[in-house]
Amino acid sequence: MNDVLDVALRLLVVFVVFLTFPLIVGQTEHKVMAHMQGRLGPMYAGGFHGWAQLIADGVKFAQKEDVVPADADRRVFQLAPAVALLPYLLVLVAIPIGPGEGAVGQVVDAGIFFVLAVMGVGVLGSLMAGWASANKFSLLGGLRTAAQLLAYELPMLLAAASVAMAAGTVSLPGILNAFEWWWLPWQIVGALVFFVAGLAELQRPPFDMPVADSEIIFGAYTEYTGLRFALFLLAEYAGIVVLCGLTAVLFLGGWHGPWGADGLGWLWTLLKTGILAFLVIWLRVSYPRLREDQLQKLAWTVLVPLALAQIALTGIVKVAIN
Amino acid sequence: MILASAPQSLLAATAPQGFLSPTGVEIAFVLVGIATLGAAVITVTTRQLVHAALWLVVALGGLAVEYLLLTAEFIAWVQVLIYVGSVVVLLLFGLMLTRAPIGRSPDADSGNRWVALAVAVASAAALVWVVVDAFRTQWIDLDGAVQGSTEVTGSILFRHWVLPFEALSVLLLAALVGAIVLSRKNGENGENGETEAGAGTEPPTATATETARSVTPDKEQR
Repeated sequence: MNDVLDVALRLLVVFVVFLTFPLIVGQTEHKVMAHMQGRLGPMYAGGFHGWAQLIADGVKFAQKEDVVPADADRRVFQLAPAVALLPYLLVLVAIPIGPGEGAVGQVVDAGIFFVLAVMGVGVLGSLMAGWASANKFSLLGGLRTAAQLLAYELPMLLAAASVAMAAGTVSLPGILNAFEWWWLPWQIVGALVFFVAGLAELQRPPFDMPVADSEIIFGAYTEYTGLRFALFLLAEYAGIVVLCGLTAVLFLGGWHGPWGADGLGWLWTLLKTGILAFLVIWLRVSYPRLREDQLQKLAWTVLVPLALAQIALTGIVKVAIN
Repeated sequence: MILASAPQSLLAATAPQGFLSPTGVEIAFVLVGIATLGAAVITVTTRQLVHAALWLVVALGGLAVEYLLLTAEFIAWVQVLIYVGSVVVLLLFGLMLTRAPIGRSPDADSGNRWVALAVAVASAAALVWVVVDAFRTQWIDLDGAVQGSTEVTGSILFRHWVLPFEALSVLLLAALVGAIVLSRKNGENGENGETEAGAGTEPPTATATETARSVTPDKEQR
């Protein structure tokens, strides 16, 4: 009975994190973007600096009519948001935020593979949405999503493989247990490749060609309204949380910090995740959108060779240490 | 000696297990297997091209669950990563890039369907026969040490199966180089138009007929 309670409690915590963290990131994005652009951002909802803006947005989305285009493939169209969102919930289960058994939803033996595999499934949601909408802008968005995923999946995997080589394990807590501070400079190239490729996989600016509003309206999500549209947005922000958490765990040492490693380790993980999320928002405000050919060129001619070089470096250092 | 003994120690002892008193895992295995088979059958029989690709996702995911139930966690996630995450995305990309009509595509049926069915049944029979003949009544001990973890898989792969592994890598490398060579050939044709009449005649004609074939039914529908 205790085991059942334990599992239920862990899943509940993961679910709460899944529901709140993306909203926190979203609200931070509203405010940070506004201040970087010399605006105030939301100020009224909830009273204090518009803290309840996203809750108000959620209420608004829930009230809207759920429209399915007449020519659309109904079932696929309606299923797509769930396919886009659920993988991120599954991934959160496997990310450890502190040392020990207690600070991870579920220890997965092949953690890196689990996380990357399930994150890849999420993109199917965008593809389904793009195809099933019966709209040429949506189809173009879906096409661009697929092309982007195919280009950036490889460097992301290679960068993650480099860390796995360094740690000698593919389990996420195992990697953190093996972490030393000098991994930071050692794996820095891999970290950059992983983060950039992850941004591209999430279609965040400057890699938001698939949803480029000035060309194809909103890409695969053009025809969506109401709650289903909100679910796609939630998937994007959940993706940011997952990507930042993963980068922090794989490359920045997760719960390791200069002090307070015992007991306060989870604070380090959250801090690193938060800083990375801020970086994601900052990039959105700072960089113009990459063109489709620039996107592909960056992946194949810069990120893949860099990731391969990182793997070679990891191998050499690893052999030298042993 | 190690070579001979290792694979056997992997498979559990042939403990007496009854067919009529299945455990929960076995029931789950059979149910997921039925669902996977169903999804696979729909994949090849549905008249809607993109639906076929999506049902393929279900079938491949079902296979991954089967691997999980057999404690082969590493293989399961790699299955999802490679097949669901990359191959199906590539498939959908190809479909969307060429033609992905919503609704039925009556021209998607091939005249080869009976031959294809015969080949499929023959290969399935051969596979089932080989697997049944190889393992007979051996059962995996699910309660003991995990036999499909990353560590076990890795050490077996690189201790006992290095040569096949490397041979496969070389095969994939050859395919990669071949793909690059093929695409480069077309690129040269595009650059200097004179060679188009020579070496590159066949591919353009083939694509032209393909497009012609794919355009006509659309016109008929209108």
